[in-house]
Amino acid sequence: MTTTTASPLPFAPFQQAALPGADLPWLADLRRAGRDRFAALGLPTPRNEAWKFTTLRPLEKLSFAPVPADAPAVPVDAIPAVAADSHRLVFVDGRFRPDLSRRQGLPAGVTLLSLGEALSTVPAQVEAMLGRTAAVDGHALLALNAAYLADGVLLHVAKGVTVDRPIELVFLAAGGSADAPLAWHPRLLLALEDNAEATLVEQHLGRDGAVYLSNVAAEVVAGPGARLHHYKLQEEGRDAFHLATLTTRLGRDATYDSFVLNLGARLARHEARSLLDGTGITCRVSGAYAIAGSQHSDITTLIDHAHPHCTSREVVKGVIGGQGRAVFQGKIIVRPDAQKTDGYQLNRALLLSDTAEIDSKPELEIYADDVKCSHGATAGELDDDQLFYLRARGLPLEQARALLVAAFLDEAVDEVVSEPVREHFRSRIHAVLERR
Amino acid sequence: MAATEQTIDQVRELTEGKYKYGFFTDIESEMAPKGLSEDIVRFISAKKGEPDWLLDWRLRAYRHWLTMAEPDWGKLHYPPIDYQDAYYYAAPKVKEKPKSLDEVDPELLKTYEKLGIPLKEQAILAGVEGAGDMPAVAVDAVFDSVSVATTFKKKLEEKGIIFCSISEAIQTHPELVRQYLGTVVPYSDNYFATLNSAVFTDGSFVYIPKGVRCPMELSTYFRINAKNTGQFERTLIIADEGSYVSYLEGCTAPQRDENQLHAAVVELVALNDATIKYSTVQNWYPGDENGKGGIYNFVTKRAACRGKNSKVSWTQVETGSAITWKYPSCILQGDNSVGEFYSVAITNNMQQADTGTKMIHIGKNTRSTIVSKGISAGKAQNTYRGLVRILPKAEGARNYTQCDSLLIGDKCGAHTVPYIESKNRSARIEHEATTAKISEDQLFYCRQRGLAEEDAVSLIVNGFCKEVLKELPMEFAVEAQKLVAISLEGSVG
Repeated sequence: MTTTTASPLPFAPFQQAALPGADLPWLADLRRAGRDRFAALGLPTPRNEAWKFTTLRPLEKLSFAPVPADAPAVPVDAIPAVAADSHRLVFVDGRFRPDLSRRQGLPAGVTLLSLGEALSTVPAQVEAMLGRTAAVDGHALLALNAAYLADGVLLHVAKGVTVDRPIELVFLAAGGSADAPLAWHPRLLLALEDNAEATLVEQHLGRDGAVYLSNVAAEVVAGPGARLHHYKLQEEGRDAFHLATLTTRLGRDATYDSFVLNLGARLARHEARSLLDGTGITCRVSGAYAIAGSQHSDITTLIDHAHPHCTSREVVKGVIGGQGRAVFQGKIIVRPDAQKTDGYQLNRALLLSDTAEIDSKPELEIYADDVKCSHGATAGELDDDQLFYLRARGLPLEQARALLVAAFLDEAVDEVVSEPVREHFRSRIHAVLERR
Repeated sequence: MAATEQTIDQVRELTEGKYKYGFFTDIESEMAPKGLSEDIVRFISAKKGEPDWLLDWRLRAYRHWLTMAEPDWGKLHYPPIDYQDAYYYAAPKVKEKPKSLDEVDPELLKTYEKLGIPLKEQAILAGVEGAGDMPAVAVDAVFDSVSVATTFKKKLEEKGIIFCSISEAIQTHPELVRQYLGTVVPYSDNYFATLNSAVFTDGSFVYIPKGVRCPMELSTYFRINAKNTGQFERTLIIADEGSYVSYLEGCTAPQRDENQLHAAVVELVALNDATIKYSTVQNWYPGDENGKGGIYNFVTKRAACRGKNSKVSWTQVETGSAITWKYPSCILQGDNSVGEFYSVAITNNMQQADTGTKMIHIGKNTRSTIVSKGISAGKAQNTYRGLVRILPKAEGARNYTQCDSLLIGDKCGAHTVPYIESKNRSARIEHEATTAKISEDQLFYCRQRGLAEEDAVSLIVNGFCKEVLKELPMEFAVEAQKLVAISLEGSVG
């Protein structure tokens, strides 16, 4: 259990009137419930088993300022695009920016709105989705997100519709300083009905020096036979906090293919919980990270096999330099009836400095006998033989090391199915490695 | 025993399939009043004529225990334990302490005979002649709260080896006990270890002097007999520089409807170049198929590899107990020290086991190997929980972990909860875990060759466990293989 802090929320004052959908009673109730729950729970502490390796203590010291009313000017070309023809929603400091977004040519049956827009045009649809997949329960960050819920995304793809161009969600941080840190709590509601298909790319970007918290909550529902490719690049500023809670419910024969790349932030946690709520589902939850300095990257996943004949695959690899600390917690549950489950999990960490640290907890909880489940975890430094091989061919030590590190991460990104996304992720990795 | 005879025996055991150690010896025993209090702690200490420092230590532990909460993080479910509803001291009544084996109560000797542990100083197991010039095992027999006999003491003394009950060691070698007791598992370590520190009644003490290779296997045989008692034994093994010892531990209890508590502490200390091999075959009464009765086994086992090049190897075959909560660990402090953990944990019917190890790498070039095989059948739950921690100074540390689980039937569970923490880049850690069931192909292959289904399962499971069973001393390996078969009795078909 988390400890209770009776102190007021360490975040910006609760401005009910300024928030979108302030006139909706059900939303006011949801926000109030979130606020009360968070006040009771407080931020999770390492005494909570799920937070054993990640402390949010630095967050407690910050007192967040409200996001300024006037939107900062951001040139459109400052926003990196994964694909030139993608549909794109852009948020700056947590606020939707129609001027930077583009949504031309969406197929019929696709709803792609900012949460603010959705609350004023299709409130019933928001009500039907909000908080339905991600139950707050004991989850303090979800409670916090509910309490301060302001903007976000609603994506709905009707039965059998394929969105052939990728949908990009860009969260850009422009403001926030050590004196006046900012916080935003985007909520993403993503639903694909039966046999629908879409590719979604989240980018969370910020500049070094900016102090802010991005507390994202995503609720994903993929109906029977739906196919969702969900990629995320987290390249927040090096002084930022990025906390994301992703809850996914998958229907029969659905395919969920996801990948997270953690490169930025001072402290980043990506928590993904997937419920395989039908037979014949394929679920891929993979990721990679490259951190240095005093960065902290936490990837925590739960794959819940509730029905027979499902396949899950998880490959998480990363490199840690400086005083960086990486955390991997991956749990696979196979429920009593989930026979013929095939679960695979691999976690590999490369430690590049004497002060780097990896904490890995791959966990299996299995209640069915006719299953094939395995996990592997390794940690260590670069392989001496490989280094020798390169050096014997005349490469200087530094270059040889850099080459091996890049190759290790390139391989990790192989898990990304979409080619343009894979190439974009690789170029971001190389840019980050070069800067170090 | 001839091969055929052995087969017949094995088959009979299989077909009878009952817990064959479930008998009860009707022996008069002396008991402390029921319940737990400072007075009981004082009573136990007085009964053993202990020095003041030890009583103080016990009382400190008891007072600390009162402030602690029972751990609940294990994947174990059991009704709350009433610590006041048990006897903390039970000893077979004797007028005077027997001076030699001849004076030991014949009822007791018969009990051990029946358990297959004859307390006679002779070659014990047939078929091991030629295995060494002294084909024998020295045994310390612990019956409820006290040690009743220790064999081969004289022979061991010639080499300077001390092998006796810990109560005796407290009297005869207080300086050694005081120097090491509680240094590996401090009295405040955890709920059950603290309870043990307050009320431990007996256990074995081993000291192997510098440069001595212990000429025979040392063994302790624990037997819970009396009703409503808790057994709290404490074992302390010290291997001085350059010494070697192989130690075996066996345990059984009568078949009863109520649960009995067993909370032991084992501390091992290995100094420079010393090696300790510690093997356990744990066969406490597991309860019946409906989960009635059985031993609650909450054990703290830890080894300190203090010296350079020291080595500790834990091998355990866990087939008994209703609840097993046990994590034999190694603190690899000395440079180049080695820790090993080989485990087979079998749970059937309603048994629950949460077991594993901790390997704490502190010194340079420390190495550890973990091989864990969990087999779950019936409605049992079997969890491997392990920690590999590499501290910043553990340059060149190495760990290899393999956890395999086998599920038999669709009502049981197998879980793996490893923690891997590395703070040194030169350390290499590899962890692998798999879960599977006995394949139809394997079963078909065996059955086609005329093996009954149960024999086929036993054969396959023994193959699955082979990596671990081969680490056991030979005398134990045979026993363990049979035990594997018996434990899985009734799990198929």
